[in-house]
Amino acid sequence: MFAYLTDRQWLWIAAGCYLAGFLFGTVSLLRHRQHSRVAMYAIIVAGYLLQTLGLFLRGRAMGGCPLGNIFEILQFTAWSATTLYLVIGPTFRLSLLGYFTAGLATTVTTVSLAVPAWDAVRRTAISGLNPWIAMHAALAMFSYGVFALLALTSAMFLFRNYSLKAKHPGGWFQFLPSILDLDHMSLRLLTAGVSIMTVALGVGWVYWRRQGAEVDHLKLLAVVGVWGAYALTLGLRRRGRLIGKRFAWIGVGLFAAALLSLWAVDRSRHPDQPARPAHTTSP
Amino acid sequence: MSSAPLDPAGLFVIGATHQRTPLEVRERLALADDAIDALRAELARIAGLREFAVLNTCNRVEFYGVAETPAVVVAVQQAYCARQRFAVEEFEKFRLSLDNREAIQHLLEVASGIDSQMLGETEIFGQVKEAYAAAQARGHTGVVLNRVFQKTFQAAKHVRTHTAITEGQVSVANVAVDLAANIFGELGPLHILLLGAGEIGEKTAKAFQSRGAGGLVVANRTFERATELATALGATALPFEQRGVRLRDFDIVVCSTAASHTVISAEVAAIAMEFRPAQPLFFIDLAMPRDVDPAVTALDNVYLYNLDDLAQIAEDNRRARETEVVRARAILAEKSVALWRAVADRLGLAVGEGT
Repeated sequence: MFAYLTDRQWLWIAAGCYLAGFLFGTVSLLRHRQHSRVAMYAIIVAGYLLQTLGLFLRGRAMGGCPLGNIFEILQFTAWSATTLYLVIGPTFRLSLLGYFTAGLATTVTTVSLAVPAWDAVRRTAISGLNPWIAMHAALAMFSYGVFALLALTSAMFLFRNYSLKAKHPGGWFQFLPSILDLDHMSLRLLTAGVSIMTVALGVGWVYWRRQGAEVDHLKLLAVVGVWGAYALTLGLRRRGRLIGKRFAWIGVGLFAAALLSLWAVDRSRHPDQPARPAHTTSP
Repeated sequence: MSSAPLDPAGLFVIGATHQRTPLEVRERLALADDAIDALRAELARIAGLREFAVLNTCNRVEFYGVAETPAVVVAVQQAYCARQRFAVEEFEKFRLSLDNREAIQHLLEVASGIDSQMLGETEIFGQVKEAYAAAQARGHTGVVLNRVFQKTFQAAKHVRTHTAITEGQVSVANVAVDLAANIFGELGPLHILLLGAGEIGEKTAKAFQSRGAGGLVVANRTFERATELATALGATALPFEQRGVRLRDFDIVVCSTAASHTVISAEVAAIAMEFRPAQPLFFIDLAMPRDVDPAVTALDNVYLYNLDDLAQIAEDNRRARETEVVRARAILAEKSVALWRAVADRLGLAVGEGT
């Protein structure tokens, strides 16, 4: 039943769902109303399922985890962030986190789809090379998803902090979670992200040790640099040396830097097959 | 009350409210608890008064009822005035008197908080519920008032949900508590220092306690006064001189001293924050002149609101509520028309009658 549409078409529809969630939240905020969390969650779940389907079709067609070019990496990052939101959203009940997640997923997925060059070629399925490397890549990209959510909670912290310092706590700011809740959530996400990325790098290191010549040094430098920056931030935050507004700005800034590092990660790849739309009937 | 088929009769409300009755008159018209029971028993004996309920709050005394003739309403008025030893002629100068759909509209507005002195307050909803429950328990309500009150509760909830009539706090103390919730989320585990024993500080402390905040400590220049207030609030007292060194232990500091200069400097706040860098510190400065050096706002994780800031937010919230009144009234008007249709049928009246 999914054969009528290509993987990209499913991903476009998923992006449309995320956009619908973002618009739904925006209209509610403009009317100074708190949107229904259940409705927002349902819209994001719909987008998530469609995105999962699109990525599944892509992965099946390519015979491995779809992390073969910038387009797939961005899609996987957005998917990871959404996965995490779907888990922590109902647990911690941070208001507006769904809205911000919908905004991020809309932006990342739409931009990735809107630039055809990012999906023109892709390298051979990485799991076909080595399952440990596939795991390394998937974990690393999942940690990027965690950092994406950290960037969101950091941005929400900055908005909340601004509203309180500027003495304008009303308007749409009133729907933001408390300063302390946002700070605690950011710390949890940072800890989780650094932990996952540490495992990803550990798994990758086993491979690099054996076949170091195949590893691009720029990619290695970029990834280790991102990990080091987040780990340093975590250390400073835990010691109380980096707190509040500065911690939040770094959460946003580091994610921007992490996204830029994807260029270095992708640059190291050797495109050896064109990307093609995937149908369930053509795995 | 009577459950016999209704002859043509009317729904009415009569009483005195803050809208048209001066405070000194309302004081004389207010019903004491024992007087209400006696009056209820008296009203129950009035022939032709099929159903009734008494709403008695600090801002209003209202009698809702179903009367067979206008003379019955007059009898209710006379019974009430006689019990309060209040001249009927004088009462008529101030009284509220509405019937049928207008009476329903009034009850809807009262229960929704639109008619309250503090616009949008929600306490009145509970008071209307209590009034209805008391009447129902005594068998004073029947098919008409049961329906009117039950639909009123639904309508009031609808208005509260679909308009911003109850949004935002309109008192300085509650605005401060809301801000604390914006900073800390849960108020229960917080430690609060009340600096000074001023009335507004005490009110704010009570507002925090009513929202579940614990760990209150009182410090005042006169330690005896601090102990006295601490005892009254179920708190502990702290020598005023220790406010600086102990500042690190508190999340919220409510200041209302009569000091002529600041009692919390930016340096003292900065030192306190070194011991708790990731934990916010919220100063609520209600003193005039101010107790807290405004320079503390430059510190990360430190928030300062003074009396003017809080009053401005309260005023903004009050204005926002006012803009919602028109929308809320329109919603209630639709509901009162629909409810009146159903009630008029029960009363054996044509819908147009008495509207």
